[in-house]
Amino acid sequence: MKFKSTIFIGILIGIQFLSNAQTNVLVERVRLKLNTVNDYTAEGIMKTDVSFIKASLGKVKVFYKKPNLIKVKKDGGISLLPKGGVSITMNSLLSTDQYIAFEAGKQVYKGKTLDVIKLVPTDDKLDWVISTLWIDPVEALVYKTFTTTKDNGSFEIAMDYGAYTNYGLPSKIVFGFNTKDYKLPNGITLEFGDEAPISKQKAMKNKKGTIEITYSSYIINKGVSSSLF
Amino acid sequence: MWPIIQIETFKIFKRPRTYIAFGAIAALILVIQMGLKIDGESYAAFLMKDINNTLIVDGKVLNGYLICYILLQLLLVHVPLLVALIAADMISGEANLGTLRLLLTTPYSRTQWVLAKFIAASIYTILLLIWLAFLALFLSMWIFGTDDLFLMKSNYVVLIEGQDVFWRYVGAFVFASFSLLTVTALGFLMSSLANNSIGPIVATISAIVFFTILSTLNIPLFSAIKPYLFTTHMNNWKEFFDIKVTDTNEAITGSILNVAKIKNSIIVLVVHIVLFVSASVWIVRKKDILS
Repeated sequence: MKFKSTIFIGILIGIQFLSNAQTNVLVERVRLKLNTVNDYTAEGIMKTDVSFIKASLGKVKVFYKKPNLIKVKKDGGISLLPKGGVSITMNSLLSTDQYIAFEAGKQVYKGKTLDVIKLVPTDDKLDWVISTLWIDPVEALVYKTFTTTKDNGSFEIAMDYGAYTNYGLPSKIVFGFNTKDYKLPNGITLEFGDEAPISKQKAMKNKKGTIEITYSSYIINKGVSSSLF
Repeated sequence: MWPIIQIETFKIFKRPRTYIAFGAIAALILVIQMGLKIDGESYAAFLMKDINNTLIVDGKVLNGYLICYILLQLLLVHVPLLVALIAADMISGEANLGTLRLLLTTPYSRTQWVLAKFIAASIYTILLLIWLAFLALFLSMWIFGTDDLFLMKSNYVVLIEGQDVFWRYVGAFVFASFSLLTVTALGFLMSSLANNSIGPIVATISAIVFFTILSTLNIPLFSAIKPYLFTTHMNNWKEFFDIKVTDTNEAITGSILNVAKIKNSIIVLVVHIVLFVSASVWIVRKKDILS
C-alpha cells in the first residue's frame, strides 16, 4: 500500500513537473520574442477614463529601454498615468528569469483559447507579488495580464495586436486599475454653495479606471537615450 | 452727454483714492505670484495629495493658466469691495461736498448726469478688471509659462488642453465685467440715497458680504431666494472652465458644460444693473437738492 502511494505521488509530481516545463516553454517563447526588442519609441493616442477626471484624448509618445525603463509622455501637455501600473508591462515582467511559472488552465478570451499562466517572482526586491498571464500558445502573444503589486494595488492590462506581432508589441493596450476616492475641501477649492448632488458624488467613488493607448507606430531598436526616463 | 462723461471720468482718475484699488490688486497678485514661484511645488503637491494616491500627474501643472485661475478665485471675491470704494461715492460724494447742486444747474438733465456718472464709474470698473486680467493672466503666463490647465475641483478634476484655455479666460473676464458692473450699479444706488461718502460705501460692502453669505450657505430655507441674488451668479465665471464629456467619459474640446447657466447668470446680472441704475435715476430726479 505504501509502495503504491509513493508511486502515485511520484506520478503526480511528474505530471506537474512536465506541465510546468511545458508552461515554461510557452513563457520562454514569449520572453524570447520580447527580448528581440532592446528599445522602442512608440506614438499613440491616450484616452483616460477615470470617473472623477474629465480629460480629452491626447497624443502620447512611449519610450522603452531594456530591461524595464518605460516612460509615457504626452505631446506638450499634462499626462495622467496609473501609479506604478505603466512600469508593470510584459517587457518588464519577463525581463528577468526570476519567477516561477504555474499553469492554471485554459480560457477563451476574445474568441481565442488562451493558456492561463501564473507567475510568482523569486526575487523579493521585485515590485510585483503575483501575475496571471493569458497567452496565445500558437502565436506566443500575451493578450491579458492581471498583476498584484506590493505598493500600488492590482492592475489589469489587456492587449490587442496588429502590425508588430513579430516583436510581441501591442497595437492597443488598456490599463485597468482601482481608483481611490477623490475629494478636496471646499475651503481649498473655494467652491462654496455649488456642491454637486450626493448621487453624483457617490457615482464618482470607488470606480475602476482605465487608461487606453492606441499605438499608431513603433520605432524599434533604433536607440533611446537613458536621459528620457 | 459725451463731455460730462469725460468730465466724470477725469474726476475719478484725478483722485488718489482711485489708484488704491489698482495698487492693492497689483500688490496682492505679485505677492501670490512670488509665493507660488518660490514654493509653488509644495502647494501643488498639497492640492494633488488625493489624486496622487491613484495617478501620476506628469507635466507642468503649476503653469500660468492655473496660477490665473487661483488668483481669480481669490480676487474676484474681493474686487467688488474695491469697486464699491469709487462707485458708492459718485453721487453722495458730490452731495457731501455741496457740488451736486452746482452740477444740476448745468444744461444737462439730472438723468444725463446720473447716467454719465454711472458710465464713468463703469469705465473705472472695466479698467480695474483689465488691470487684473493683465497681471493675473498675462503676467502669470509670462512668469510661469503655459500648458494644459489641470483644474482640481471639490469632487472632480478637469484637464483642459492648453490651446483650449485662453478663450475661456476671455469669456470669464467678460462675465466678470457683468458681475463687477452689478456691484458698481449697487454702489451707485446706495450713493444716490445718501449725502455722505462713508455710508454708501459701508452699505454696499455690507450688502455684498450679506448676500454672499446667503448665496454660499447650503440651507434649504435660503435655496428659494438664492437664484434671485446677484451674488449667487457673480461666481459663475467658473462655468467657462467645466467641459462636457461623451458617454465614454471623453472630454469634448471647446465645449462648456453648462452654457445655459452662464446665460441665465448674465441675464440676472443685467436685470440687476438695469434695476439699480433705473432706481438711482428715479431717486436723483426726486432728490431734494435745495435743503
